[in-house]
Amino acid sequence: MGIDIRFPIGLMFTILGLLLTLFGLFSSSNSELYKISYDININLWTGIFSLVFGLLMLVFALKGKKKIVLEEKEV
Amino acid sequence: MEQSFNLGWIDYTIILVYFVFVIGIGWALKRYMKSATAFLEAGRSLPAWVTGLAFISANLGALEVIGMAASGAKYGMMTIHFYLIGAIPGMVFLGLFMMPFYYGSKARSVPEYLKLRFDEKTRAFNAFAFAIMTVLASGISMYALALLAQVLLPFDFTVTIIGINITEFDFYLIFAALIVLIYTYLGGLTSAIYNEVLQFFLIVIGFLPLVFLALKHVGGWEGMKANLDVGMLHSWQNTGSSDANPMGVEWFGVVAGLGFVLAFGYWCTNFLVVQRAMAAGSMTAARKTPMIGAIPKMFIPFIVVIPGMIAIALLNDPSIDFTLPVKGDSFDYDKVIPTLLATHFPTGVLGLGVTALLASFMSGMAGNVSAFNTVWTYDIYQSYLVPDKSDNHYLRVGRLTTVFGVIVSILAAYVAKSFNNVMDFLQLIFAFINAPLFATFLLGMFTRRTTGHGAFYGLIAGTIAAAIHHGLTAPAGLHSQIKGGWLGTNVHHYHSEMAQNFWTAIYAFAACFVVTVLISLLTRKLKTNEQLKGLVYSLTPRLVDKEMVWYKRPATLAILVSIMAIAFTILFW
Repeated sequence: MGIDIRFPIGLMFTILGLLLTLFGLFSSSNSELYKISYDININLWTGIFSLVFGLLMLVFALKGKKKIVLEEKEV
Repeated sequence: MEQSFNLGWIDYTIILVYFVFVIGIGWALKRYMKSATAFLEAGRSLPAWVTGLAFISANLGALEVIGMAASGAKYGMMTIHFYLIGAIPGMVFLGLFMMPFYYGSKARSVPEYLKLRFDEKTRAFNAFAFAIMTVLASGISMYALALLAQVLLPFDFTVTIIGINITEFDFYLIFAALIVLIYTYLGGLTSAIYNEVLQFFLIVIGFLPLVFLALKHVGGWEGMKANLDVGMLHSWQNTGSSDANPMGVEWFGVVAGLGFVLAFGYWCTNFLVVQRAMAAGSMTAARKTPMIGAIPKMFIPFIVVIPGMIAIALLNDPSIDFTLPVKGDSFDYDKVIPTLLATHFPTGVLGLGVTALLASFMSGMAGNVSAFNTVWTYDIYQSYLVPDKSDNHYLRVGRLTTVFGVIVSILAAYVAKSFNNVMDFLQLIFAFINAPLFATFLLGMFTRRTTGHGAFYGLIAGTIAAAIHHGLTAPAGLHSQIKGGWLGTNVHHYHSEMAQNFWTAIYAFAACFVVTVLISLLTRKLKTNEQLKGLVYSLTPRLVDKEMVWYKRPATLAILVSIMAIAFTILFW
């Protein structure tokens, strides 16, 4: 109905992914911060994961939109 | 010891981004809400993967997340019974056999189906019980959210506005209620469903790193196994007798009580979840909805049950300094997830974890409010109060009902806050009302002879049977009469509350089944076969899936889901 939910999902996880990835990169030298996560930069990894997921969703959404436009043209 | 979260600016930014999107989705959907159907039934137009994820997400409220982690900590691997035998078979059955009647009958709600199939009184009974139950559930969700936020977030304040003291607890409660109100008011059921899908991904992406870190902490899967009693590691192996396993139930209680009565009753007749499937865009999409949901459902234990088990393994390992908050004379298992979050997540992902929890609380509320909207507007308002008005009128009423539902939920939250027992008591009553429901649907959908009187008195009999069984038995460690034994004499002692619940359901189902059959045979069938077309199995033309490619058919999906569930069962036997 109305809007394709893949757009907002994709956009949100892309933004959250970017936030976490950047924060992870800038805080990577802060070993005190990552003591709690056994020296794993969990922000960076979760950020990348979320970013990839968000972008994938956006790609699917754009593909889906193209398909709808094509179908409308045929009619 | 309570652990409070150390949130930084990045965490608050993440929470803020989430709120912006939640409201934004509602706002974007606003202009499509032009009819009551659009607002209350999502226009019956959503794709199957969306309704499928919403189907499981509506049930994956925070109470479920926190409760399943607590259950994982208490009962270990046996908790996956709630998934593999307690959800999957019910979901497959709903998709294969029941959805054709719900979706095909053009009923707009589960109570409305009962009216079409049986009569007015059966519908009224179900509609009123459901309406009260949903606002109550939404209120309890709000209360739990505010309580958790109060413990975990570092704010502590009291402001006085027009003579009323408002603490941070009230603030969280009202704030969450307001957000839910805004997005459900704007976008109706579609908005609730879309936010459930969003919440599903948030929970997965927010909790996966937690499971990963906690597993690393305990020394991997093997490390977890090494630090747990062997009884915690199996789901079926120790169910030969009820005193050999931590849950205190034997295999028959699990299969019949949980697997058959409770699970089928919940997944196949509860409008909160069935409504999601009814919002799908086509019959095939509606039938696939619960089965598409079933696939991720099987993996959810990894992010909610396993953390509970890891927490106990961490406690058991003498070389690891880890502890859970204490409540009374045992650990407060409800704090498993918050404690793991606080002890494993640095600022950054911590914000994501908190957002996932917040999201699941709020979509738990929104799910209930949107189901309440539909039942109230169609089954109570339109049916008994103000019938025969324009569609526009019911759209407005649907909108106003959102406000009304949220306000009543807030009141329910405060009732929960001040009288804990009243809430427990009410939930118990609803458990009694729900337990026999599946017998009514089974008989109604698959035999044409079942009559309205049979269905109605069968339901009453089942409810009474549940209450009597509960009153005559007691679980181990009985504290209050709300847990059973209120009729004075205890005929039987169960090893756990869980076992008692399963058996209450079995008796309720049996009583409802027998009484429905007997009364149906004694009363005249008032509906003609023509009226029952599309509502009863034998009078409905078979759906032909033959023109579909084989791998797109619902039956193929059902087989795939079943094979996966069996594989998991064997793996964690």
